[in-house]
Amino acid sequence: MNGRRALSLVPRTDAKQTLKDFKTDQEVRWCPGCGDYAILAAVQSFLPELGLRRENITFVSGIGCSSRFPYYMNTYGFHSIHGRAPAIATGLATSRPDLSVWVVTGDGDALSIGGNHLIHALRRNVNLKILLFNNRIYGLTKGQYSPTSEVGKITKSTPMGSLDAPFNPISLAIGAEGTFVARTIDSDRKHLQSVLRAAAQHEGTALVEIYQNCNIFNDGAFEPLKDAAVRDDITIRLEDGEPIVFGAERDKALRRTRTGAFEVVNVADVDPAEIVVHDASAADPSQAFALSRLDSPAFEHTPIGVFRNVDRPSYDEEMRAQMDEAVERQGQGELAALLGSGDTWRVD
Amino acid sequence: MTKQVQQLDRVIIRFAGDSGDGMQLTGDRFTQETASFGNDLSTLPNFPAEIRAPAGTLPGVSSFQLHFADHDILTPGDAPNVLVAMNPAALKANLGDLPRGADLIVNTDEFTKRNLAKVGYATSPVEDESLSEYRVHALPLTSMTVKALEGFDISKKDAERAKNMFALGLLSWLYHRPTEGTLAFLEKKFAKKPEIMKANIAAFQAGWSYGETTEAFSVQYEIKPAEHAPGLYRNITGNVALAYGVVAAGTQSGLPVYLGSYPITPASDILHELSKHKRFGVRTFQAEDEIAAVGAALGASFGGALGVTTTSGPGLALKSETIGLAVATELPLLVIDVQRAGPSTGLPTKTEQADLLQAMHGRNGEAPVPVIAPRSPSDCFDAALEAGRIAVEYRTPVILLSDGYLANGSEPWKLPDVADLPTIEPGFAEAGQEDFQPFKRDPDTLARPWAVPGTPGLEHRIGGLEKADGSGNISYDPANHDKMVRLRQAKVDGIARDIEALEVDDPSGAARVLVLGWGGTFGAISAGVRRVRRAGHPVAQAHLRHLNPFPANTEQVLRSYDRVIVPEINLGQLALLLRGRFLVDVIGYNQVRGLPFKAEELAGVIQDVIDGE
Repeated sequence: MNGRRALSLVPRTDAKQTLKDFKTDQEVRWCPGCGDYAILAAVQSFLPELGLRRENITFVSGIGCSSRFPYYMNTYGFHSIHGRAPAIATGLATSRPDLSVWVVTGDGDALSIGGNHLIHALRRNVNLKILLFNNRIYGLTKGQYSPTSEVGKITKSTPMGSLDAPFNPISLAIGAEGTFVARTIDSDRKHLQSVLRAAAQHEGTALVEIYQNCNIFNDGAFEPLKDAAVRDDITIRLEDGEPIVFGAERDKALRRTRTGAFEVVNVADVDPAEIVVHDASAADPSQAFALSRLDSPAFEHTPIGVFRNVDRPSYDEEMRAQMDEAVERQGQGELAALLGSGDTWRVD
Repeated sequence: MTKQVQQLDRVIIRFAGDSGDGMQLTGDRFTQETASFGNDLSTLPNFPAEIRAPAGTLPGVSSFQLHFADHDILTPGDAPNVLVAMNPAALKANLGDLPRGADLIVNTDEFTKRNLAKVGYATSPVEDESLSEYRVHALPLTSMTVKALEGFDISKKDAERAKNMFALGLLSWLYHRPTEGTLAFLEKKFAKKPEIMKANIAAFQAGWSYGETTEAFSVQYEIKPAEHAPGLYRNITGNVALAYGVVAAGTQSGLPVYLGSYPITPASDILHELSKHKRFGVRTFQAEDEIAAVGAALGASFGGALGVTTTSGPGLALKSETIGLAVATELPLLVIDVQRAGPSTGLPTKTEQADLLQAMHGRNGEAPVPVIAPRSPSDCFDAALEAGRIAVEYRTPVILLSDGYLANGSEPWKLPDVADLPTIEPGFAEAGQEDFQPFKRDPDTLARPWAVPGTPGLEHRIGGLEKADGSGNISYDPANHDKMVRLRQAKVDGIARDIEALEVDDPSGAARVLVLGWGGTFGAISAGVRRVRRAGHPVAQAHLRHLNPFPANTEQVLRSYDRVIVPEINLGQLALLLRGRFLVDVIGYNQVRGLPFKAEELAGVIQDVIDGE
């Protein structure tokens, strides 16, 4: 329902688009084996599906490895300042309803230097699709811990281990009044694109955390989620409206405890009515938040998919409505009338 | 009783009271009455940063000074002829500025033992001999107001609060001010509280009638309207004029205006004003911080709007990196800095001109930015329009340096004919170009094409990394970087060909000394120059609006005089630029007291230099 609004003002094309249309002539310069390549390819092959005019798509980024992304997208692009992409994109998105505006950022860019802009974009619900590449490390500055690095992490700047308690980006986004909050993984193109699809259709800010492997400074950070031997037992694939059941044998499920948190139970041991049904569009964010808390650095259980997807008017939509209302009430502005407003007197 | 009417050519009145006494409102209303009467005028509000400092204390004193005359005046005046002191703190804080023989209207109701003690008066100065040098009018303003409002269904507190209207009524009578404007104002302001409205009107009228009937005032004064050029006039503050200038930059360019701003004294009123003008296509966005404010403005510029951000010195510091990005990406951006006394938080409500070097150089790398400074409250309109023009036509951030004095001060403004305002050409890049080069420059202006998202075929990427000349692709080539740094500098330098020359005012043609100022000191410098000329000494005056680039003839002007005096409300920032650029040994005159210069002070400085010749 809300997807109609999200892209309704962005001009469409009938011309057939392919992945190639979204590639630029610039040489991609991430390290060989970087997870960013997979995300780039996933985005480039997903965008044709939207059927939007290429010139009406804009990618805005901050600083960091992931923030080179716009240079490789044959759309309009703005590689801006460390942490400031949500602010710059807010100005663009709120003044140009005919654009589909995407923000590409990383864990340092979005959650450390740019944390303030991220939370405010989320609470305002500006029409931005934010792709947060989370590799739990600073890559471009060559290997310092990031706000999502686990406590005790040994890095160049923390030879005795990091003392910082990390952010959980999903919890943070839900706490910041985010209306669309999701997580996916660089290596699972199908899942990644399904999340992009839902994000693109969302009216307002969509935050998509993408677990992304930095094979140089933090290789294997998400290995358990990729290891065929264990991944199905620890990955909880959230499907809206479906009971939360997971495991290679689909033998595990989530049940609410008395405190409101979740516990993992064996499907066979519980009454099916006790199994939690995922409701991404619930007005109350507490279930989505509780789901976000299941994740831990040790990857005991990691939910992926759309945690929260609720309908709330976007900031840009409401800003436009005020502009229209002002004109409706008082008519188009006339400069001479404005200058001569208030107490005036004439000298002959 | 018939009163004697005395003609005056000019008067300086200062209303002073506690922050909660409504002195700014009183001053503002008296100003509007005076403006509509046709006097020339200039105002200086002066208030604490605290919203409500402890009542009756010196830090809580708020004042409003108004200078009005039957002739053209330039400043709010050096020293008041009349001081209205609503309490002992207001008297104590302002008495030092009062010349001997001045009129002093004192609200004796507030001169209680407790209030006197708060400011260190052992006895009431109204009752001892300490005010014998002044013409003291000791009046129980509060109790007279309360008495006049006895029949109204309002609280005693509300009745007492109307004492500022009683004082306004009295002063309006004393100086023959028209009252219709104030009555209409009160009707509108208190439309939702009819009893309060009637009480305030009654207090105002009671003040007027008191003047007419009391023997405390035997003389009424008349100041004839000043001669103004024919036209439609209004009174305007610098901040409102800036807001209107920004709206005009939008209408004259056909671009939607996008203001990203974060509240900061003394610039917030521009945000307030612009937020009322949505029907001009003006979007206002109150951001989470100064950085987001300028970021959103730049993002909007990228999308083809006129991005604007308004701030004061501390905010400008936070915006530096984004202004640098605007330099690198060569996008239009209008940055308005209403300067206040620094460093750091400094004196938020006091004026200063000490952000010039920050505006010129406060960024990493070689990041030239045009800098423009208005000279008077009404000139803020033209300066904003000019800054908008340069930003759009040269694809560059422009910093406009107003200050706290211009922001809150006001003067009559002859409204421009909208048909005569300059037009601004955005000249967007057009769709359908083969092999589009986002950094291929216009040969005349060196501006790059402005190709906005949504234009088919011109998709391109910009950013803070160095770009190859022409193509705009990322380039680490040493020769290219050297070339791009020089091109960006040449673009800003070239604006000198497109701005008015520095005009020199030297009526006698005999001056050997030039006074060169910039920004909000124009009025005080001009008044000082007039005094020196009246005393028979030739002196030339010039005032810079463009600080970067300087007008093309600046060096020639500097070299045409034996001595050049540069008065600034900083420790010599323009002087440093002039010396560095032109190797001219200018003489600085510098004060940083948070207040504008006084005409007399500058006249003395000029005279000393002339005498030393």
